[in-house]
Amino acid sequence: MLHGYAPSLLDGAWLTFQVAVLSLVLALVLGLAGASAKLSKLRVLRAPAVLYTTIVRGIPDLVMMLLVFYGGQMLINMATDALEWDYIDVNPFVAGVATLGFIFGAYFTETFRGAFLAVPAGQLEAGAAYGMSRRQIFSRILFPQMLRHALPGLGNNWQVMQKSTALVSIIGLSDITWLADQAGRSTHQPFLFYAVVCAFYLAMTALSSVVFNHLERRYSVGVRRSAA
Amino acid sequence: MIEWSVITDSLPQYASGLWLTAQLTVLSLAAGLMVAIPLAVVRISPRRAVSGPVWVFTYFFRGTPMLVQLLLIYYGLGQFEWVQAQWQAENAFWLIFREPYGCALVTFSLNTCAYTTEILAGALRTTPHGEIEAAQACGMSRFTMLRRILIPGALRRALPAYSNEAIFMLHGTAIASTVTLMDLTGAARNAYSQHFAPFEAFIFAGLLYLTLTFALVGLFRLAERRWLAHLQPRKAIKGHTA
Amino acid sequence: MIRRICLMAALAILSQNALAKDWTKIRFATEGAYPPFNMTAPDGSVQGFDVDIANALCEQMQAECSWVKQEWDGMIPALMGRKFDAIAASMSITEDRKKKVDFSDKYYATPLGLVAAKGSTLKADLAVLKGKRIGVQRGTVADNFATRFWASEGVEVVRYGKQEEVYLDLAAGRLDATWVDALEAEGGFLNKPAGEGHAFAGPTIFGRTADEKAVIGEGVGVAIRKKDTELKAKINKALAEIRANGTYDSIRKKYFAQDIYGE
Repeated sequence: MLHGYAPSLLDGAWLTFQVAVLSLVLALVLGLAGASAKLSKLRVLRAPAVLYTTIVRGIPDLVMMLLVFYGGQMLINMATDALEWDYIDVNPFVAGVATLGFIFGAYFTETFRGAFLAVPAGQLEAGAAYGMSRRQIFSRILFPQMLRHALPGLGNNWQVMQKSTALVSIIGLSDITWLADQAGRSTHQPFLFYAVVCAFYLAMTALSSVVFNHLERRYSVGVRRSAA
Repeated sequence: MIEWSVITDSLPQYASGLWLTAQLTVLSLAAGLMVAIPLAVVRISPRRAVSGPVWVFTYFFRGTPMLVQLLLIYYGLGQFEWVQAQWQAENAFWLIFREPYGCALVTFSLNTCAYTTEILAGALRTTPHGEIEAAQACGMSRFTMLRRILIPGALRRALPAYSNEAIFMLHGTAIASTVTLMDLTGAARNAYSQHFAPFEAFIFAGLLYLTLTFALVGLFRLAERRWLAHLQPRKAIKGHTA
Repeated sequence: MIRRICLMAALAILSQNALAKDWTKIRFATEGAYPPFNMTAPDGSVQGFDVDIANALCEQMQAECSWVKQEWDGMIPALMGRKFDAIAASMSITEDRKKKVDFSDKYYATPLGLVAAKGSTLKADLAVLKGKRIGVQRGTVADNFATRFWASEGVEVVRYGKQEEVYLDLAAGRLDATWVDALEAEGGFLNKPAGEGHAFAGPTIFGRTADEKAVIGEGVGVAIRKKDTELKAKINKALAEIRANGTYDSIRKKYFAQDIYGE
């Protein structure tokens, strides 16, 4: 039915999933770091963070990905040439994950920043009054409540990021979109294969919604919903 | 160090690409918004049979990547012989899908319409109940209530979220370059493939996108100042005490 | 402990360096979207004339060859970035490209041809093509030709990422014609079911003027980095050998009825 492309499409689906999850991890790390930097008292930390979020949110994902992929190769080339080393791989997978993680790290920075600010300052002061150390305040008071505020924003950004993984096909990574491209070109039946890709992404979106709804409910225990 | 010739050689293409990107963004946002308003009203209907089809539409277009939607419409539709026959017969409606510009415009409009519908539906749902009661007390019909209270209020509430959507759409138009359109990204890819200079080609395009983004953000700030003035922090009024 | 790890890492990197100079392992790159010269099978492996020739060369050189798929746009930068060691992707030898990379001797030559619907009166002349939509693959010799001689004179040159995409649009009726390597058009489109109803429009050309010849180039070769002169010598020697011992001909017969080497 799929002209023999089913196994490779499944491989592509798995690859897409891997790209999405690894980019998420990188983006979370960068997001937390960026939010902390933006909220820091030190100008030298705030300024680069502001530059990061402004520039990254001002350039299309595709352009950034092309820049990192094609430009990164050249940078590595110049570096390894100068140091007389052998080649270091900037393959499409690494470029794709790095770019997506870097881009969405900027969006997550804003989400986490808003979430950190949403925790009532009074609670942090109360913790200090009880003699808790900075680390204790962070881990017992700030972080768990921050997560509750961050989850809707994280969930939305994750939905967007999942779909941005389709862009890695443009830099040649054999993800499900690239494989559908190729199958469509060879068989001259692109509609069928793109429909399959749509079905895959719909499934991934549905699965993510379920997971995030569960997480939101878990972290909102004890919070009353508005009567909307 | 920087090969300026890469940029200067391709300047006309960058210029026309910039114009094409602006066109695609503005036109699809406008079309999407116009269709989204009635769709959002339908979407909040309590009757499943009515809101269902709209839900399916938004679910599909928000749950799949815009790139795949574009490829589906551009290459996918083109494979069918009955569509090709319509193109040969110069059928006006189908001719839209023969041009990459038409396909891109349709895809982007449908996509932003889906997102905007959901944003507006959410804004409609959070209309303060007091406003609805007051409107009913004044004897407004459902349609008048929609026209004078609900939709304007929802548009205001949706402004911050919509500004994000507008920026996403501006960035999303970059994928038009994958179906042969010479937008800003297409101009950059062309410059890169002619000169093998990725940094000059893509960073220059990036700077142009940054400029467009700032312009868009500025426009929305003006809009917020006008329509969400009641939410701005109050400034001290001269001559008053306390 | 840390010092020992650093030492081992340094040795590993340096030894990798030493291996490469030997040329017993060579990484080849191809596009995988240019049938019948290079294409991707459903299981993801690369096949085609370019692949077979390169594999034969490796056998002749007694080297182990591995394959990397690379998008056409980034071919030369990736070679210069040492992502692989050689390109066997039907890349024509042109002066422009020689500024960045070096080439082996040619292993086939192809003219450019205009492919359009059967019965079309188009030919590769500016006067006839004015106002028409011609599809090319970005960054190929055909693209350079069309951009240089036609694009600024009123011909609408539409650039695609892959030649196969051009065929999709040609079959759908979105293009008046495509300007492409004639051999690839034959094997990759005209001889296939999708290409029915299409044919060459006008004669195929190797270059009618000195300018055109400079753009079209002197045949197709294997691209290598400029400083890898040893590899170039080895490849040229192996190429001469497989042409002499009949391997080249048997590979060619798999894909083409007539000779494609040219003079």
